[in-house]
Amino acid sequence: MSKLTAEDLVRLRDKARAAMDFEKQGYRGKVVMHTGTCGIAAGAEKVMAVLTAELKERNVTDLVVTTSGCAGICSREPLMTVQLKGQSPVKYTELTEAKVKSIVEEHLVGGQPVEKLAFVMGCEAAY
Amino acid sequence: MANDLIQISVCSGTGCLDAGSLLVRTAFEDHVRSQGLEKTVAVNFGGCAGTCPQGPVVTVEPGGVLYHGVQPGDAAAIVGEHLKGGVLDRLRYEPPEEPSKIPSTGALPLYRHQVLRVLRNKGLIDPESMEEYIARDGYQGAAKALTQMTAEEVVATVKNSGLRGRGGAGFPTGLKWEFASKSVADQKYLLCNGDEGDPGAFMDRSVMEADPHSVVEGMIIGSRAIGATKGVIYVRAEYPLAVKRLQKAIDDATAAGLLGKNILGSGHDFELSIYLGAGAFVCGEETALMRSIEGKRGMPRPRPPFPAHKGLWDKPTVLNNVETYANVPPILLHGADWYRSLGTQKSAGTKVFALTGAIKNVGLVEVPMGIPLRTIIYEVGGGIGKKNKKFKAVQMGGPSGGCIPEHLLDTAVDFDSINATGAIMGSGGMVVMDEDNCMVSLAKFFLGFTADESCGKCPPCRVGTRVMLDLLTDITEGRGKPGDIETLIDICDDIKNTSLCGLGQTAPNPVLTTIRYFRDEYESHIHDKWCKTGICRDLASFEIDPEICTGCGVCARACPQEAIVGEKKKPHRIIQELCIQCRTCYDKCKFNSIQIKASRKLTGVAAAAEGGKH
Ligand SMILES: Cc1cc2nc3c(=O)[nH]c(=O)nc-3n(C[C@H](O)[C@H](O)[C@H](O)COP(=O)(O)O)c2cc1C
Repeated sequence: MSKLTAEDLVRLRDKARAAMDFEKQGYRGKVVMHTGTCGIAAGAEKVMAVLTAELKERNVTDLVVTTSGCAGICSREPLMTVQLKGQSPVKYTELTEAKVKSIVEEHLVGGQPVEKLAFVMGCEAAY
Repeated sequence: MANDLIQISVCSGTGCLDAGSLLVRTAFEDHVRSQGLEKTVAVNFGGCAGTCPQGPVVTVEPGGVLYHGVQPGDAAAIVGEHLKGGVLDRLRYEPPEEPSKIPSTGALPLYRHQVLRVLRNKGLIDPESMEEYIARDGYQGAAKALTQMTAEEVVATVKNSGLRGRGGAGFPTGLKWEFASKSVADQKYLLCNGDEGDPGAFMDRSVMEADPHSVVEGMIIGSRAIGATKGVIYVRAEYPLAVKRLQKAIDDATAAGLLGKNILGSGHDFELSIYLGAGAFVCGEETALMRSIEGKRGMPRPRPPFPAHKGLWDKPTVLNNVETYANVPPILLHGADWYRSLGTQKSAGTKVFALTGAIKNVGLVEVPMGIPLRTIIYEVGGGIGKKNKKFKAVQMGGPSGGCIPEHLLDTAVDFDSINATGAIMGSGGMVVMDEDNCMVSLAKFFLGFTADESCGKCPPCRVGTRVMLDLLTDITEGRGKPGDIETLIDICDDIKNTSLCGLGQTAPNPVLTTIRYFRDEYESHIHDKWCKTGICRDLASFEIDPEICTGCGVCARACPQEAIVGEKKKPHRIIQELCIQCRTCYDKCKFNSIQIKASRKLTGVAAAAEGGKH
């Protein structure tokens, strides 16, 4: 990367914002697995493997699947956040292989949040 | 009249903020001010209603009218309609007929009280992607500090923000920077304390893992303020993921010219590296940390000279905590007044806490300073984890801190109010205890920690903590004597007054606060040889109350010793000779029929004989 100037930084921000916006990138949604040390200790990497295998098997390619840090609710790890186009982000907690399978089937493929498995919906206050 | 007040809440959830809710709020405020409506219309931030794709979302009370997709230009129309008692239909959001059963963050107590400033990118970005950090305004604060402000202006902004160090002592960050900025030297250093030695604390680890660039950016700004060209992040080697992500952040920032020579064309140079700590608690102390980086044994030295004049390699040095640095970029971006808009007069902003122990929601939370402790524990934390168990105390500040009992739960969480309880704010560890915790054992645990971690330089700390640990061990094992409490308090005073560094000066805090608030427990351990929680095995026995026992047999099946006998549906009995006091029956019994009595070894004749010896 070449050395940035303050103006470059603003341009880079706008570009990066667009790149993070799954809708703008032509995707239907985004799945974030929270893989801080707490998540990993609770098995987030295994759950992630199940998730990617399930999506592959069902040929789902229109979702962004990524990882991020601890979401703060360490006692309810493993944890993932799902956001589909037109929906609020939904957090699923204490994930197991079975739960991931129903979330893939009902939410990621079927488009409906799994009410009985979801912990919370929406964003956290910042600023 | 107060009930005529129109309340406009603009959602401050991360989704709405991204959609521009900040500008919307400003538009409402400007409109209200320009029309002189301050007495009838209040504008504030509100929580998320779970309708994020419709953002920016605005709620108006009375009536709980929800508007979606609100733009700054809509402010006047919305206020106008509500002043007439109407509703602006054009933007009104009608929730679906059958609302989702999933609670929104604004509705859950866990989230409702939290405001993310330090954790602003929590769970939203890929920690290993600098671009994603930049997408969320990353490095904009540094760009402003380096290209639009003088070093004095940066110091003044941080000073005016009221930011106090998050490493424990709460020293004003701007003031520390000012001292170092005035030192004249050919080389200055800026260090970051990522040692995080308090048992039960994991705030800094989480920040370094989840948002490493926020620490790097805070340090770039600090380096500009004091004129440092070299920086070191001191991280404990037990945090491999944090180290990996910080290193990647440093490498990426260096490649992009955000670290190194002539950053952003400003003429300012700053190089950053990582130093791995070996996990000694005392190395978190500032002068010991600097010696450790020099490759020497980490031991504190007397101050003065203060590090702002003579620190690392005898050059002017500033050391700040991870969370302190993570606070800095948005202060530069949004200004000192913004920072002070949360918190109290003397403790501005928010504080991150690691909630652990007997609490329902174990995890990381960020709340405005000044919030009552009770709100953190019962709302954010969800209360005590085990059903039927009562709150007993919360330990704040780890081994340097103290416990705060039930009757002080309305204490506001700010540096000075927490200090007044005998505990300290510390770096943010909050260990919650329920009634099953023995407070003497708690004090013994922390003294065991400090006695082990004392570097040995000052005899009052090295020897004193050991003597205290021996006394506490005696008390918990049935060898306590009348006068022990007074002896403990006496030694505490000596250690506090004669130790060189914070380790010794604060080591007595857990003992002093447990004596202050739970003296009766010390007394029953010493005089009655009874630990009412049953944690001290030599001072308790478990018995079944035949009046309460239903004979369900759950305890008998769970007992690893097969020490519980009895006929079905008749009261059971514990064979004391077989019991190993593992507490399994106590935890399993649904009827609370297991009672904790004085020790069988020390009751009756035996206890009288034992007592007679003293
Ligand atoms: C024994 C001992 C251990 C400490 N451990 C830490 C630590 O792990 N992390 C930390 O930030 N500060 C720790 N401190 C406080 C530091 O000495 C120093 O005050 C702090 O890092 C300054 O940063 P701040 O002004 O941003 O709070 C410790 C102090 C003592 C006496």
